[in-house]
Amino acid sequence: MSNVVMDIDNLHARIGAKEILKGLNLQLEEGKVHAIMGPNGAGKSTLSKAITGHYDIEVTDGEIRYKGQNIVDWEPEDRALEGIFLSFQNPVEIPGVNNAYFLRTAVNAKRKHQGLEELNAAEFLREMKALVQELGMKPEMINRSLNEGFSGGEKKRNEILQMMMLQPDLIILDEIDSGLDIDALRAVSEGINKMKDGKRSFLVITHYSRILDYIEPDYIHVLKDGKIIKTAGPELVAELEEKGYGAIEEA
Amino acid sequence: MAQEELDKAVSGEYALGFEIDIEEDKVPPGLNEEVIRFISKKKDEPEWMTELRLKAYHKWLEMEEPHWGHLEYEPIDYQSISYFAAPKKGPESLDEVDPKILEAYEKLGIPLEEQKQLAGVKVAVDAVVDSVSVKTTYQEELMEKGIIFCSISEAIRDYPELVKKYMFSVVPMNDNYFAALNSAVFTDGTFVYIPKGVRCPMELSTYFRINALNTGQFERTLIVADEGSYVSYNEGCSAPMRDENQLHAAVVELIAHKDAEIKYSTIQNWYPGDEEGKGGIYNFVTKRGLCEGENSKISWTQVETGSAITWKYPSCILKGDNSVGEFYSVAVTTLAQQADTGTKMIHLGRNTSSTIISKGISAMKGQNTYRGLVKIGANAEGARNYSECDSLLIGDRCGAHTFPYLESKDAHGQVEHEATTTKISDEQLFYLRQRGITEEDAVSMIVHGFCKEVFSQLPMEYAVEAKALLNLTLEGSVG
Repeated sequence: MSNVVMDIDNLHARIGAKEILKGLNLQLEEGKVHAIMGPNGAGKSTLSKAITGHYDIEVTDGEIRYKGQNIVDWEPEDRALEGIFLSFQNPVEIPGVNNAYFLRTAVNAKRKHQGLEELNAAEFLREMKALVQELGMKPEMINRSLNEGFSGGEKKRNEILQMMMLQPDLIILDEIDSGLDIDALRAVSEGINKMKDGKRSFLVITHYSRILDYIEPDYIHVLKDGKIIKTAGPELVAELEEKGYGAIEEA
Repeated sequence: MAQEELDKAVSGEYALGFEIDIEEDKVPPGLNEEVIRFISKKKDEPEWMTELRLKAYHKWLEMEEPHWGHLEYEPIDYQSISYFAAPKKGPESLDEVDPKILEAYEKLGIPLEEQKQLAGVKVAVDAVVDSVSVKTTYQEELMEKGIIFCSISEAIRDYPELVKKYMFSVVPMNDNYFAALNSAVFTDGTFVYIPKGVRCPMELSTYFRINALNTGQFERTLIVADEGSYVSYNEGCSAPMRDENQLHAAVVELIAHKDAEIKYSTIQNWYPGDEEGKGGIYNFVTKRGLCEGENSKISWTQVETGSAITWKYPSCILKGDNSVGEFYSVAVTTLAQQADTGTKMIHLGRNTSSTIISKGISAMKGQNTYRGLVKIGANAEGARNYSECDSLLIGDRCGAHTFPYLESKDAHGQVEHEATTTKISDEQLFYLRQRGITEEDAVSMIVHGFCKEVFSQLPMEYAVEAKALLNLTLEGSVG
């Protein structure tokens, strides 16, 4: 068995007074693609927010151990700098903030954290331009305001662009396929597949199985009512497609 | 996110609150005819100016302090203020400016020696401490092109015809209570005259420093751009940190003749007082520009981060046909600051156009009000205005208020107004922090994005200063 990069142990988390995660256990392996599937309201997005440290989430019990350390009390930026990346389901718009300026700040914050020299504007732009082209994005996206007025597909491509520039170790993709047409879906999945290097881990959170035709998962976990109720290989996808989540019983 | 965290991020410390340790000449507090004669005499003014001051004083006595602003403050005791304070040394001999003053200006980042330049760019500076101008640079070089750049006191002595012609022509002495007070007791400020067809070859600027205790600063600035000329003028200011409130009541008049353009930028950083609202400058200012001739243009850009109270409406009277007025503003209120600021665009000529971009940022207990008037006169055929007033709230205890007024007598006038109020959302902050950007940098990035349209109007070297100041004000990281 490969090394475990993240070990979530008996995680209880709530939003306001409502408990959403109720003793969730999950192990993510280095270099593997894990898919979390489950019905609406099962707690899929809450899980991604709990891992990344969103303010809405209060962890009341349990641990999230990442690279051996419990990160439950870490600031969101510290988790990010240590290599956790979330591709948002609905990336927020930030008016007036230049896309390239934002991304260079993020890339250089990470480089600084790693003790590397910061990239100058020219070096950074060269890299960004190449990826923008590769992802089939319009060149003007480089200097537009961050996500402002972007279409759904443009926003998702921009998330993937950030992922590729930041080179994270654990990538969480929250409903990456929602709102994507077939061309965008292909470009986005190619970007993701290129990031697979045998070390990097992926957590693909999805309601539908479509994306899993493009990004082949190693494990499928079924999340229902705040817990992982089943873990299996990719063959589980077909069963879920056929029978729905209702048929899966707690193991 | 927790309120304390946000507060910590937005309660920037005031870095310019030091006091210059110099001996000053100061009149005892109080205002009467004698004090006005004293000021006039100190300034070596001709009799006509003394008479005008006294006339203004009598008008002021009959007027009442206005209270229509969305502002709350303790009553001002005009008899407890000293109306004149000047460093004892100088300014008779310009080359013998007190080294302590030179040092203080150095500390403020304002070069008073001509060989030292701001960000590699030549900037002519008029330095005013309390009631007097202590040094004006590059005067000779400017004079070669016929440009007059001097203190208003000098102008009254040396260029009486120009001063008589233009002073009070845009802001009459009884325009409002604070303008009348200023007209009676104004001490120093800057005079600029750009002759016909001359493009001023460098940025002109005045740096105002309040230093003495219990003193008001009443500066007066007059800028005249003759036909076809161009000038870009900047003003900056700061004051020591004190528990007492100090009054600053300035008047600025601009006149742009045919085809002339005046670009006036302000970076206002008076001491804002503390979180409980103790101390800080009361800033009651009247600024107005007259686009006298055809195709003239006046553009106001202001970045207001300081003062406990700000009451200020830089305005344009668009008299010449095809004249253009612009107002770009960023006003920040944090701690317990209150600002009631905006503009008036008075369209009188044909095809006149105006643009208003106002960005208000409120944090902690700050209260920010935009108040703007667009007036389109009966003969202003084809007049156009575009207004955009955006407010950004940081936290739950601050406030933003918008009062746009429109008066139109011309059915053909085109007026567009847009207003938004947004809160820095947790989602925006979280997004940036998820990418590894610290909370402080994330707040700063969102705020700068919000102010972008205004900062892009500032001359480059001042835009850098304005951005740094905004960071300082909002981030608490003293540079």
